[in-house]
Amino acid sequence: MAEIVIKQVAKRFGGFTALHSIDLTITDQEFMVLLGASGCGKTTLLRIVAGLETPSQGEVWIGGRRVDHLPPRDRGIAMVFQNYAVFPHLTVFENIAFGLRMKKLPQQEVDGRVNRTAELMHIEQLLKRYSGQLSGGQRQRVAVARALAMEPDVILMDEPLSNLDALLRLEMRAELKGVLAASKTTTIYVTHDQVEAMSLADRIAVMHQGRIVQAASPVEVYRNPAARFVGSFIGNPPMNFIPATKTANGSWTVAGLTLPGPKSDKQTIEFAIRPEDVDAGNEGINATVRVVEPLGPHTLVTCDVEGGLFRAILESNAAVAVGDHLRLAPKPDRIRWFDPETTNAL
Amino acid sequence: MHGKALPYLLLMPATLFLCVFFLYPFALVAFEAFTRDGGFTLDNFRTMAGSWKFPVTVRNTLLLSAIVVPIQLVMALLMATMVSRLETGRSTALYIFAIPLGISDLAAGLIWLAIFDQSGFLNTLLSNLGVIDRPVMFLGYQSKLTIFIAVALAEIWRATAIMMVILVAGMGLIPREYYEAAEVFGASPWKRFIKITLPLLRPSLQTAIILRVILAFEVFAVVAALGGTNLPVLMGETYNWQFTLQDRNVAAAMALFILAISIGFTLFFLRVLRVPKEARI
Repeated sequence: MAEIVIKQVAKRFGGFTALHSIDLTITDQEFMVLLGASGCGKTTLLRIVAGLETPSQGEVWIGGRRVDHLPPRDRGIAMVFQNYAVFPHLTVFENIAFGLRMKKLPQQEVDGRVNRTAELMHIEQLLKRYSGQLSGGQRQRVAVARALAMEPDVILMDEPLSNLDALLRLEMRAELKGVLAASKTTTIYVTHDQVEAMSLADRIAVMHQGRIVQAASPVEVYRNPAARFVGSFIGNPPMNFIPATKTANGSWTVAGLTLPGPKSDKQTIEFAIRPEDVDAGNEGINATVRVVEPLGPHTLVTCDVEGGLFRAILESNAAVAVGDHLRLAPKPDRIRWFDPETTNAL
Repeated sequence: MHGKALPYLLLMPATLFLCVFFLYPFALVAFEAFTRDGGFTLDNFRTMAGSWKFPVTVRNTLLLSAIVVPIQLVMALLMATMVSRLETGRSTALYIFAIPLGISDLAAGLIWLAIFDQSGFLNTLLSNLGVIDRPVMFLGYQSKLTIFIAVALAEIWRATAIMMVILVAGMGLIPREYYEAAEVFGASPWKRFIKITLPLLRPSLQTAIILRVILAFEVFAVVAALGGTNLPVLMGETYNWQFTLQDRNVAAAMALFILAISIGFTLFFLRVLRVPKEARI
């Protein structure tokens, strides 16, 4: 059992606050992805869990044990680094065996574990090679095998796929998901790639400016963003936002369309809808088509709505041309509302 | 002008300079070592090796190197590790550690002479503390061991920094991620030093050791200042043949001998500390 509990962890570098009081619980065997743009603090948080960085305040618990004062080697973790950190002076075998040798395991056990994990990662034919003789993808496999060989409670991954080319990344992503699920470890995985996050995670913690904005399942994060940032960060193209003006209590006008909405004291709030959640019809938001991009399965249409950009994903047989005036009807159950001041969902 | 020729043209002056002022005199020395009265001979080497002082100088020089270089290596590694860990003030520490580098070897010898001399600092200190009632002759002809220790101390003081500077540069090239990986995978600070720093530092260790060993074989002024003729070393003996005994042919042979053992040790360390191409950073 290795539940990870992060309690009020903050990190300051001089006058700069990298993390503001983070609270997060990762349940046993959960695959948690920390997602955010660069500089949001996700790597710092991972390094604090690893013990490579000391928190300015707060506690880290792994498997019911407080670990924030322990060195990394006493935390029962293994880590995969962004640049792999495969030792250049050791063979692949010795790289995978490194942690096992530090634990002074008997040679037989070391051989067994190295061969097993090498097979799992399909690198058994590379065991005698040095890092300099491997491709990026192979090094990545060695780094993962080295972590798995430790049979740790927790595996931490810092953007492990970001240095691979697109095709390899896709392949490794699927493989990692399978291998980690089978290993039954708790995983924290840092990435800035939302597709990676969506496809791998049991839960995604979206981070922004040193705070966790939302921690929920991928579908929940996508469908019900807790804050405007989440909606604008996740999804490609991102969510559309249009100002909504109050007409009556619980009724709002959005670009010429009156919609039922949340009750609020505010005169204006923000209406939000995902590009795929609108239909072109006779009624809806007034939109002028600016760009039409046929993408095969569907057509991406960029429009002008009240002076702002609005993207809609329409069926690929939709007859749309630049300059057309469209009426885009939002699917009622997919409409979301945000407070323009707090940026939180209403 | 054609672009391809330009680099070679620019290198020409330095190459010419080296040919005229290095290769040519070297050829002359080699020629002198193997000739006497116009004819080819190995007599100069026989005379050199036949002298009673020769085995003593070889022994002293090798012994001095064998003691000084390992001590310096350990100290340089220690100093380099400390300097590399500094987050602020690293260059200040480096400059202070490197001060002795700016002092010529003769001056260094004289500084240590001022310490060990009969009326030197050490005697003054000891007598002021009441440890001794009259000055001790540390560097007299009867106290070869103290002379040896004084020379070793002066050499260590003078030339450890050169190794340290090379090692600091080398440590800077080792990516931090390797240390973090080693830390996560269970290596204590000592294990990280043994398993990561030392192996990855091999190219720099090689340079530092070779440079230092060659310099140790050429030790001269420090010995001259502290020991005079009481601690004969190879370089001093070469000087002796050239200027006291006025035999430039034997002096040339001696110089070639020093060159030969320098090359021998260089090849040895190149081989022992070789890093296979595929295992480089």
